[in-house]
Amino acid sequence: MSDLGRTVLYDLHLELGAKMVPFAGYEMPVQYPPGVMKEHLHTRAAAGLFDVSHMGQVILRGPNVAQALETLVPVDVVGLGAGRQRYGFFTTEDGGIIDDLMITNRGDHLFLVVNAARKAVDLDHLQNNLPGIKIQEITGRALIALQGPKAEDAIAALNPAARAMRFMDVADLDLAGATCWVSRSGYTGEDGFEISVPNTMAPRLTRALLENPDVAPIGLGARDSLRLEAGLCLYGSDIDETTSPVEAGLTWAIQKARRNGGAREGGFPGAGRILDELTNGPARERVGLLPDGRAPMRAHVPLFAAEVGGEAVGEITSGAFGPTIEKPMSMGYLPAALAGPGTRVYGEVRGKRLPATVTPLPFHKQSYKR
Amino acid sequence: MKYTEEHEWLDDQAGIVTVGITTHAAEQLGDIVFVELPDVGAQVSKDDEVVVIESVKAASDILAPLDGEIVEVNAAIVEDPAKVNEDPEGKAWFFKIKPADASQMDEFMDAAAYKAFIG
Repeated sequence: MSDLGRTVLYDLHLELGAKMVPFAGYEMPVQYPPGVMKEHLHTRAAAGLFDVSHMGQVILRGPNVAQALETLVPVDVVGLGAGRQRYGFFTTEDGGIIDDLMITNRGDHLFLVVNAARKAVDLDHLQNNLPGIKIQEITGRALIALQGPKAEDAIAALNPAARAMRFMDVADLDLAGATCWVSRSGYTGEDGFEISVPNTMAPRLTRALLENPDVAPIGLGARDSLRLEAGLCLYGSDIDETTSPVEAGLTWAIQKARRNGGAREGGFPGAGRILDELTNGPARERVGLLPDGRAPMRAHVPLFAAEVGGEAVGEITSGAFGPTIEKPMSMGYLPAALAGPGTRVYGEVRGKRLPATVTPLPFHKQSYKR
Repeated sequence: MKYTEEHEWLDDQAGIVTVGITTHAAEQLGDIVFVELPDVGAQVSKDDEVVVIESVKAASDILAPLDGEIVEVNAAIVEDPAKVNEDPEGKAWFFKIKPADASQMDEFMDAAAYKAFIG
């Protein structure tokens, strides 16, 4: 694993007994001694701390930087207020998704958080398409997420100003002596925070948070089951360059200003397809699926309209056991005609077609502090 | 008690062999969320895939360690797969098999050999 990167919290993960695995070019903790199931339930009951320093942090500066970024994302960036964050995605000319990301207006610049596995692609994409904008990858800061119903208390113990933040607010907060860029957001469906902290201060801040008995370290295994219960997409599994944001059900992230008839309609790669799908509906849709039995239907399980015969009509893109909902859950793509809630389909697992029901997402209700 | 390289334990009581997975295997698999057991009365051959288990990480097969007939299965672990993590070498046995050829038991490891095998 010699060519794998390590985050600044690597030694702390080992000290905490983590099992490390290669992930997106980094050695990352997949689980700690309690295991995926307990870590998942702890996050929903108290607070989980996640090292997500492998993700890319990027600053964009320049004249009209919001207008410039709008040429690459179907998101209303111009209308994003200072101290606010929005979810978005870079689209391809064909209307697929290059990556999904968080976009923050930090007053005189934009701050982006992108997926680890797409960092290099995203940076190239920005460099090639945003002349006149200074693009700076931030390598001197770690990123930790604190998620769960006790997250607010845990961070407020270090700085009470955190309590005033609402979902998707962003603020600079002093935490354990470090100047942190904090957003009230995350990837678990829980209330929580993501904290960008200078590398030199990250171990100290992490230890300070872990001193709180409500806070436990959580690995990538539980991060995956938490986001799936919350109905959130994983880039590379549920969305990629072949899926459009409309197929993926991410239309809520395409604000009115960028749609047909909006103030800054279109003007992003793939606008033709994406705006057409917004009007006329996509051919296929991302759906939630609950299998009847206990057997998980994992990624790449083919989906059929009938128990016997016929070609596959779709595929599972994510699937796991949901520790909070106490049953297996999956997401996948189905033709629009089969995507309505309650539709019965069949996933082929080990040669057997097992029934599953199309179910509205999320599987577990999100509890953001709006 | 005997052990296989597939991390199964075999307990031979008067010609009926109870089969489960070792504590080491359960730890490696992580939290188990699904178990599918063979039918009672099934005639199986050594290395047939007789049990499917799924953990939070992945699906795995358990192979029949012997030729023989499945005479009993542990329905409790189908109902509550987490029992396999709680007590893999006790209450969470998988199935009982009546070997066609008792001498097949001789090739397996004893506890000391298994301990050395898993290092």
